[in-house]
Amino acid sequence: MLKRRHSDSEVVAITVDGVAVEARAGESVAAAVLVSSSEATRTTPVSESPRAPYCMMGVCFECLMEIDGVANRQACMVQVAPGMRIQRQLGARDLRGAE
Amino acid sequence: MPISTAHKNYDVAVIGGGMIGPALAIGLAERGMKVCILDEGDDVLRVARGNFGLVWFQGKGFGMPRYVEWSRRSAKLYPSFAAELKENTGVDIGHANPGGLELLLGDEELAHRRHFIGQIYQQGGGNEYEVEFLDRKQTESMLPGIRLGDEVVGASYSPIDGHVNPLFLLRAMHTRFQQLGGTYLPHHRVSGVVKNGQAYDLQTAAGTVSAPKVVIAAGHGLRELGPPLGLNIPIRPQRGHILVTERTQQILPMPMSAFRQTREGSIMLGVSAEEAGYNDMVDTATIAKIAQRAGRIIPALRNLNIVRTWAALRVLTPDKCPVYQESQSHPGIYAVASHSGVTLAAVNAKVASGWIADDPAPEEFEAFSSERFNAQKTA
Repeated sequence: MLKRRHSDSEVVAITVDGVAVEARAGESVAAAVLVSSSEATRTTPVSESPRAPYCMMGVCFECLMEIDGVANRQACMVQVAPGMRIQRQLGARDLRGAE
Repeated sequence: MPISTAHKNYDVAVIGGGMIGPALAIGLAERGMKVCILDEGDDVLRVARGNFGLVWFQGKGFGMPRYVEWSRRSAKLYPSFAAELKENTGVDIGHANPGGLELLLGDEELAHRRHFIGQIYQQGGGNEYEVEFLDRKQTESMLPGIRLGDEVVGASYSPIDGHVNPLFLLRAMHTRFQQLGGTYLPHHRVSGVVKNGQAYDLQTAAGTVSAPKVVIAAGHGLRELGPPLGLNIPIRPQRGHILVTERTQQILPMPMSAFRQTREGSIMLGVSAEEAGYNDMVDTATIAKIAQRAGRIIPALRNLNIVRTWAALRVLTPDKCPVYQESQSHPGIYAVASHSGVTLAAVNAKVASGWIADDPAPEEFEAFSSERFNAQKTA
């Protein structure tokens, strides 16, 4: 598991798959998730192979997660905010029930 | 690249490695002929890399009953064609024939579609035409789990319609062609064709190729290749755009003309038609229009991210119907042009190849002659 180098920023409370996680102000969702767990953050839509954040700069799209109910967002491009609900993106998103 | 001076002889030289050339070439090779495909490189228009992937029947053949039958025949040949490609090449082209819908927004679109489909039905002289109209309720019942936009009044439906992965189709046809002993020659742009005894010599960027029969299936290249060979066929480019969404779980049970969901889950949105000459750049205003219409038909699609867009240039004849023409001044040289290379791939492989191989020409071919454009000019 990765470690945060410094932690003098303000604590931001988020949840990842319903589990409380203490993130730090200014960091990306991908960074917060990487320091809280070493599990895959998504599985791919067709073969369901496990993936995790890779480029951390918005290019590779490996970090897709569901953030506050919106599927397939790039977790490395979204800053954490208090109360944010993050879900792993398992397989393809489901449009059923969406409006 | 070294220029080969080897003189290569074939029974048939097919110019064009897109959707039409390889389909015909498979059929010719299956008949035991020695066939080559002369192709260019990836620096040309490559229309066959831009297809949407419909195997489509409804609405095709306005003004030409033979084209209605021809499209139906291809759609009916598709399951065995796809199975054969899979069995021999291992490439699954993802063909499915669940029927197809054209969803209609508002009464005006419905009236227009009814009139258009009615005309195609009538020109068939009362023969069966497998297209019916569904009201909103009937349409909803075919699309479980999908909420249709409020403006959707119904749809036209045909059980003949289906779809395919066009890139896998292209790959499977090329693989099959080479399995059958065919020779694929890329970077062989044809610059001239001259009669040499019983055969034609094709001068190419990589040496001369000879064959008594030549098929021009070169898409827009026909504009340049055709006229000196007595094949003055007035095709023009018509630009179409395609948008591809991120993958989602399966939600569309059948293709809907302007949308289809791939087996892998992407939803493809189309299909525009612009007169833009040979400009195949993406136009943002057009893709915005396509996306907006998709959202009016199925509002849930508005949630999806678009991951790719492109434009490609249809090879369009004046009446949008295909041309199959043998040159009168240069017998043995054939031109085939159509914007419907995916739908017609099966019938091109299985039937049209026989027209070139000198089996009795199928009856349809009289209607498919480009003479119809000359007649219109002098009338």
